[in-house]
Amino acid sequence: MASYETHEYDVLIIGAGGAGLRAAIEAAVGDLKVGLVCKSLLGKAHTVMAEGGVAAALANVDERDSWRVHFADTMKGGQYLSNARMAELHAQESPDRVRELEAWGALFDRTQDGGILQRNFGGHQYPRLAHVGDRTGLEMIRALQDHGIHQGIEVHMENTVVSLLKTGDRVSGAFGYEREKGRFKIFSAKAVVLATGGVGKAYKITSNSWEYTGDGHSLAYHAGAELIDMEFVQFHPTGMVWPPSVRGILVTEGVRGEGGILTNSEGRRFMFDDIPELYVNQTADNPEEGWLYTQGDREARRPPELLTRDHIARCIVREVQEGRGSPHGGVFLDIAWIKEKIPNAPEHIRRKLPSMYHQFKELADIDITQEPMEVGPTTHYIMGGIRVDADTQMTAVPGLFAAGECAAGLHGANRLGGNSLSDLLVFGKRAGEYAARFAMENKAVPLEEAEIDAIAAHTLKPFENPPNDGNSDQTGPYDIQAQLQDKMQELVGIARSQESLAQALEEIQNLREKAESVHAIGNREYNAGWHTALDLDCLLTVSEAIALAALERRASIGAHSRDDHPEKEELGAGKYNTIIKKTGDGTMSIRREPVDELRADLQEIIDEMG
Amino acid sequence: MAKATFRIWRGNADGAEFVDYDTEVSEGMVVLDAVHRIQAEQANDMAVRWNCKAGKCGSCSAEVNGQPKLMCMTRLNDLPLDEPVTVEPMRAFPLIKDLVTDVSWNFKVKEKMKPFTPRPPDAEDGTWRMEQEDIDHVQEFRKCIECFLCQDVCHVLREHDLHDEFIGPRFFVYAASLEMHPIDTENRLEELKDSDGIGYCNITKCCTKVCPEHITITDNAIIPLKERVVDQFYDPIKKLFRVFSR
Repeated sequence: MASYETHEYDVLIIGAGGAGLRAAIEAAVGDLKVGLVCKSLLGKAHTVMAEGGVAAALANVDERDSWRVHFADTMKGGQYLSNARMAELHAQESPDRVRELEAWGALFDRTQDGGILQRNFGGHQYPRLAHVGDRTGLEMIRALQDHGIHQGIEVHMENTVVSLLKTGDRVSGAFGYEREKGRFKIFSAKAVVLATGGVGKAYKITSNSWEYTGDGHSLAYHAGAELIDMEFVQFHPTGMVWPPSVRGILVTEGVRGEGGILTNSEGRRFMFDDIPELYVNQTADNPEEGWLYTQGDREARRPPELLTRDHIARCIVREVQEGRGSPHGGVFLDIAWIKEKIPNAPEHIRRKLPSMYHQFKELADIDITQEPMEVGPTTHYIMGGIRVDADTQMTAVPGLFAAGECAAGLHGANRLGGNSLSDLLVFGKRAGEYAARFAMENKAVPLEEAEIDAIAAHTLKPFENPPNDGNSDQTGPYDIQAQLQDKMQELVGIARSQESLAQALEEIQNLREKAESVHAIGNREYNAGWHTALDLDCLLTVSEAIALAALERRASIGAHSRDDHPEKEELGAGKYNTIIKKTGDGTMSIRREPVDELRADLQEIIDEMG
Repeated sequence: MAKATFRIWRGNADGAEFVDYDTEVSEGMVVLDAVHRIQAEQANDMAVRWNCKAGKCGSCSAEVNGQPKLMCMTRLNDLPLDEPVTVEPMRAFPLIKDLVTDVSWNFKVKEKMKPFTPRPPDAEDGTWRMEQEDIDHVQEFRKCIECFLCQDVCHVLREHDLHDEFIGPRFFVYAASLEMHPIDTENRLEELKDSDGIGYCNITKCCTKVCPEHITITDNAIIPLKERVVDQFYDPIKKLFRVFSR
């Protein structure tokens, strides 16, 4: 074996967003040696962009809230495809996980009596989101980071893992490169936690940054773990649409939680036109009731703007397609109108939504206290992901764990806003805890050297591939990435069909061939082109998984809409999850598994909450 | 579509220079968009740090036409495009490559500071009660996105290179967020006076001017900390009081 810089850990965490940091903190509680690898600098991961809040049934604002209501809300939002045990653990444990952050220095906004303030959000029956204005994610990642740096964790910033290492059936470490010089690093570990986030960069219009290339999904898949429900990609209903360069940047649901309304070009609040049956009893039937709800009236029902994200995104697409959109192909989101209702509205808006105010002022010349925003759907989150055990977060590969967005089960067919920040705390902690336990109970296994040399050679292949001599249609890494994003947006977006998905799979195959021969210019030092070329493999793997799962589910449920199968459930198929696994010959296989029957006590909760 | 020229710093610690790139620009573009377009179309291997592209993560700090800025929040409309737009890395930190600098010093500084140490919880549920008005200032400091533009522009670091004796505005803001935290019990004034070098700051407010989060660094963080240091170590009456109360 060639010689590589090698680091030995008991537990290796890949990814340093909320889930990775929380897992690392937990794994480091004993005297285990914990390594943390992240693609960017510490504190820059996507958690930092989360705006609205973290869902936890603290019942500080409305004492009727409890973990049972939160559990029922989560199951309903996920169209009952969620793993009920995960939804149970999540609802029970998130209040403690949020309180714990205060012990580490986080400062949430306060109630009148000095407790943690909570706000309304889509799909949550009571005000449940602990928040700090509209920068909750920043507060959380900073609290975790500032606490984490004193726990003896070794951090490898700006390092990318390109492959997991296995010895026999067990995971034994990871192979990666550091950005600065492009040198390879080997991390050996008794247990590995994947906390790599999402896949948004597979789409053209996204709120996600360059990092979100499905690394964890792809690493786990290639290592033999299963991916579950990959068809469920959340298109957040409100992304910016103008100017073009900011298209996709998130506009927090908090705007609607504070009373913001959605209107079309005719000035109509179109969300009143289509209220799903599941939510009719909980939704206001007139604007005044909706407004009162946002202002804390406990008798009022929520406005239709606070229905679940999947539904609102579809309604916006409908308005635009039927010619009632805004000038730049979205709809209007108006918070300025609340000046009719409260004194000092501009000041109130700036205080409640400071970063939205600045974002629109600085990037779009729009003063949201005076005029409406233009918004449209943007690829935001993937509910599907690595299949894990609900209690331990371990995958099908012994020693390999996953938490946060890259893991799946909690959100079913649609995630409620605020449930991802709580997800990453609850299951980040559990993954860290059980990975540590696994590391204590199992000896290290030796790495397989031949495998490592092969991975190293593959990683350098973009430099070895010949450049385009001008005669072929070979394109560079950025072109291939852009082509994939176009195709996924067009064919595997909000509206899908048998035809579009079959075509997508074909296009992905073509792009995979192109990616095989992609050439990277320059050398190994901080070379974005080379990195983009290497990320293509992950992007193509998750894109194929999303398209394949979307083809398999011949029904429209939650975030997955099939134009050719508008009914919610496939006739005779019952409720099922889609499971993707790599076969022996390297191809992607898919099968269905029926959703587990609910435990009687959990079913009771759901029946009781209606 | 209009064209503009971007004069971008290319190279590494062994040598670097400005290289001009012409690229198309359109309505609403920010500097980071132009850099990305150049990277995708003309310079695949160009190094640039970025993440959120919405002013929330503080990764894409650079000097645009000599001004410390987040590239993702600097609109081309606000720049004269009839002349080249210069884009350079932050100058207070060692160059890695192109627009990327080695900011690891900042992370080391933070690690050395005394961590948050809360008093025992005062509520039954294991938490604390705090009034909103008591945390407003601390929340202002906690808006910091760690872009390090304040560090970049600070003379003590940029011109005098006193990285070993002075922690810079970012970490005075951090210290202030801890010192003014209603439930923190630690005292960091001795370090602030000695190893952190707060005395070097001569309140020129350059840091405040460049902060993309509009944190009033000098007035709300540094000056109150300086006052606390003076109170604890230089106030003769308090000093006397301390001697007698021992």
